Amino acid sequence: MSGTWITTRAWLLMLPLLVVMIAVIGWPLIDTVRLSFTDARLVGTEGTFVGLANYAKMLGGSNFLRAFVTTTWFAVVSVTAEMVLGVLAALLLNQQFRGRTALRALMILPWALPTVVNATLWRLIYNPEYGALNAALTQIGLIDSYRSWLGEPGSALTALIIADCWKNFPLVALIALAALQAVPRDITAASLVDGAGPLNRFRYVIMPYLAGPLLVALVLRTIEAFKVFDLIWVMTRGGPANSTRTLSILVYQEAFSFQRAGSGASLALIVTLLVTVLAVAYAAMVRKAAGAS
Amino acid sequence: MERQNPVFTAFVYAAALLLAAIILTPILWLFVMSISSAADLSTKPLNWWPNEIDLSRYRLLLSTIENSTGAAFTASLFNSLKVAGMATLAAIAVAIPAAWAVSRTSNVSWSLYAVIATYMLPPVALAVPLYMGLAYLGLLNSVFGLALVYLTILAPFTTWLLKSGFDSIPKEIESAAMIDGARLDQILRLITLPLAAPVMATSALFAFLLAWDEFFYALLFTSDLRAKTLTVAISDLAGGRVSDYGLIATAGVLAALPPVLIGLVMQRALISGLTSGGVKG
Repeated sequence: MSGTWITTRAWLLMLPLLVVMIAVIGWPLIDTVRLSFTDARLVGTEGTFVGLANYAKMLGGSNFLRAFVTTTWFAVVSVTAEMVLGVLAALLLNQQFRGRTALRALMILPWALPTVVNATLWRLIYNPEYGALNAALTQIGLIDSYRSWLGEPGSALTALIIADCWKNFPLVALIALAALQAVPRDITAASLVDGAGPLNRFRYVIMPYLAGPLLVALVLRTIEAFKVFDLIWVMTRGGPANSTRTLSILVYQEAFSFQRAGSGASLALIVTLLVTVLAVAYAAMVRKAAGAS
Repeated sequence: MERQNPVFTAFVYAAALLLAAIILTPILWLFVMSISSAADLSTKPLNWWPNEIDLSRYRLLLSTIENSTGAAFTASLFNSLKVAGMATLAAIAVAIPAAWAVSRTSNVSWSLYAVIATYMLPPVALAVPLYMGLAYLGLLNSVFGLALVYLTILAPFTTWLLKSGFDSIPKEIESAAMIDGARLDQILRLITLPLAAPVMATSALFAFLLAWDEFFYALLFTSDLRAKTLTVAISDLAGGRVSDYGLIATAGVLAALPPVLIGLVMQRALISGLTSGGVKG
């Protein structure tokens, strides 16, 4: 069979997928770009061309900057905590102890819990009147009176970050554990014979095996965290006093609550651009790390 | 580790207990809330274990008496099943030929990276035109419309998983059959697809879980019992004026049950999927 025919056949086999992708991703993306230059409303008016006015309005307003800072803080803190906790849990699960298999199986649970259920669960735990956190802290004696963890601008974002970490650090742990189990036994044994301490062993023997998979996990988690919507919408809807309003929440409000499709689209594209920059930068890092090892 | 120092062993067990407690406490509490009476959940100091086990909320939510809380909940449960089922089937159907073609034809594999790259797109980048498009087609608040939109997530995802599945089936088996005179459709039907059955099943389950979990599009594109999914129903309960927290917890337990069971059963596949970087967090 000729090469041309094989290539043509490949494209024919990909045709259904490509048609679907163009219909549900390609076209909407292009239309978002078109809308971002108009003053279209979500329902009703088609809108007229307004040039870069939407972009200027969105980037110039204080809402964008504040949401950007909130999103970055959420992503950096939660992903860092997830990485650290995940690696610690993986190092633990890599030890020999009774109940290890069962504990590893438990790690699946937070991952499997639907995001909305996780958000609802933590919302109940943080409840200002009857929540378990208030009850536990009062009974231990750490706080005197019940607090509204999600209702105070000072604590709401941290409370969200804890809920996000709890759901996602086990995933990092499982990825790291799989990488740890790929470290050959004789290398760790040799490093012990050579008298390497635990820290040096981690840095020079284990880390080279861990770095690649962890970097991939870091990339995927950061992008996910930067796009966060579900968790925040269910727990605080961006409040109190907009202290947990991330970029995705801001786009939702602009395009759907206020029905300003045009400016909402421009904001959505700014977010897309930020995620793309993040993804490209990370992809370069991963490629470099893969080349180094 | 090789060193079996008793202090170290004690430390390992203490850390393992702590980790188990961190993972289990919130989940157990969700379950305890679902079986505690409203009175037990609203006393101070809080009752950490119910005075008597109250299963009435499970009966309430799973009842199908018209216009009840239960009818709304079961309707959303069925909507979730329908949407996730349809979207998964459609995604697998378009992904199988594409994934096979990419796996066997290296000079078109760049197209796969283009497909995967769309996976990074924030849903807000597509939401406004999708909303207008669905409105135009009369598919807002419809399980079909939502299933169609879910292909934005499921189609790239399943193609990616299936492609790595096909990669692990040796090309030589197909070439040998071709030399014996088998046609392409025979080769795929009799050799490749049966060999790929496990990876197709895994991909389908993961795709189903992704759709089951989805909230953003469901929130935007559905508005009542005809199409509202479980995630939206739960968010409504959590954000609404429901005064019985146990009811919200019960809805959470029921919604979490299928993915948690699938997760526990599929541990192996999940972990191998994680290590190849093929599973979304």
